[in-house]
Amino acid sequence: MAKTIDARGRSCPEPVIMTKNALDESPEESFDILVDVEVAVENVTRFAKNSGYKVDVEEDKSYFILHIQK
Amino acid sequence: MKENKKIFIYGGIIGLIGAILMKLGNPGNMGICVACFYRDIAGALGLHRAEVVQYIRPEIIGFIFGGVLAAILGGEFKSRGGSSPIIRFVLAIFLMFGALVFLGCPLRMILRLANGDLNAIFGLLGYLLGIYIGIHFLKKGYSLGQSTKQTKVSSYIIPTFSILLLLLLLIKPSFIFFSTEGPGSMKAPVLIALSLGLISGFILQRSRICTAGGFRDAILIKDYHFLWGILGIFIFNLIGNLVLNFDSFQISFANQPVAHTNHLWNFLGMVLTGICSILLGGCPLRQTILASEGDSDAGITILGLIVGAAFAHNFQIASSPEGVTPNGKLAVIIGLIVVILIGNSVVKNVLKERRKKEEVM
Repeated sequence: MAKTIDARGRSCPEPVIMTKNALDESPEESFDILVDVEVAVENVTRFAKNSGYKVDVEEDKSYFILHIQK
Repeated sequence: MKENKKIFIYGGIIGLIGAILMKLGNPGNMGICVACFYRDIAGALGLHRAEVVQYIRPEIIGFIFGGVLAAILGGEFKSRGGSSPIIRFVLAIFLMFGALVFLGCPLRMILRLANGDLNAIFGLLGYLLGIYIGIHFLKKGYSLGQSTKQTKVSSYIIPTFSILLLLLLLIKPSFIFFSTEGPGSMKAPVLIALSLGLISGFILQRSRICTAGGFRDAILIKDYHFLWGILGIFIFNLIGNLVLNFDSFQISFANQPVAHTNHLWNFLGMVLTGICSILLGGCPLRQTILASEGDSDAGITILGLIVGAAFAHNFQIASSPEGVTPNGKLAVIIGLIVVILIGNSVVKNVLKERRKKEEVM
């Protein structure tokens, strides 16, 4: 079960920092990051991929879920 | 790699547009300057009475039009806001004080460098230190809180404001001020400035280029993506200047257009601008684009920039080519103290809330 982190409505670069903190704390765990703007999708995805994680983006009605795993 | 190349080219187009606008009449090393252009708009609206810097800059209107267009086409035009608007307003005022003591926003700082103005090196060093201080707050948990979905009409306010500005520019009613001398009188033809502004706005929305974000991400997460955009601006502006503006290309500290040589205050002014840009989540350029996407927090930030510019000239805070004013120095010192206090207070509050949550759990 992936842990959920709600980064919706956060200014740049908070979604990335929240993701970074989560991955630093539990590098082997999977996370679902919730964001609501395209730029956060891009930034978090780029960060997670550069850190060696796999990212799947799922679009909900008004937001995005980024599934991040090793 | 492919993405980095893309943003490098996007940045390059912005840099080239900067060189072209300067060639076509904009002030020296000021093809584009977001801070100066809001300052000119504040003057045109009569919010300050510095007669040499009053003009409704079509580039800003173009940025907003281009940003709106790109956001709508990309399905990104969303009404959002409500994340500490009054703090953003105050930060924007101080951001503008710092920029007008240095004489330029971070984008103009890059353009100044690309036309040989060595004073901008001290501005850049200050900006980097400011970003570094801002990152310190981010690492400690700094956050202005979540923005939420807002009623549709709030997303229309900034775009409507830009349409009104365009009408005022075209109709020229007597209550609008237009400089007849000085930087405010130097301008590229309206239609070209508007069109190039629109192209810039479109590109900036698509690429998300942010002069603060570029340095911030490189330092914070070793991500150089946005830095490639900044590099693109610099290199293509340099090439553009060498081809189009060779007469004015001069590598020196002295005799640079709309600049002064007081290194300490060039440095400190941009420290203030750097901290504010990080605490706001983006530089003035980026805020303008966010505002055009329906982000009313960025909209408030823009209004803060305009008010800050009016204060800066009304209170003799803004520098001039003659140098820095006593009020300018005082404003930067007060600004640094205030924004650091704001940063500290926000961090304290975030940590307190976090502890409360943990206790409940």
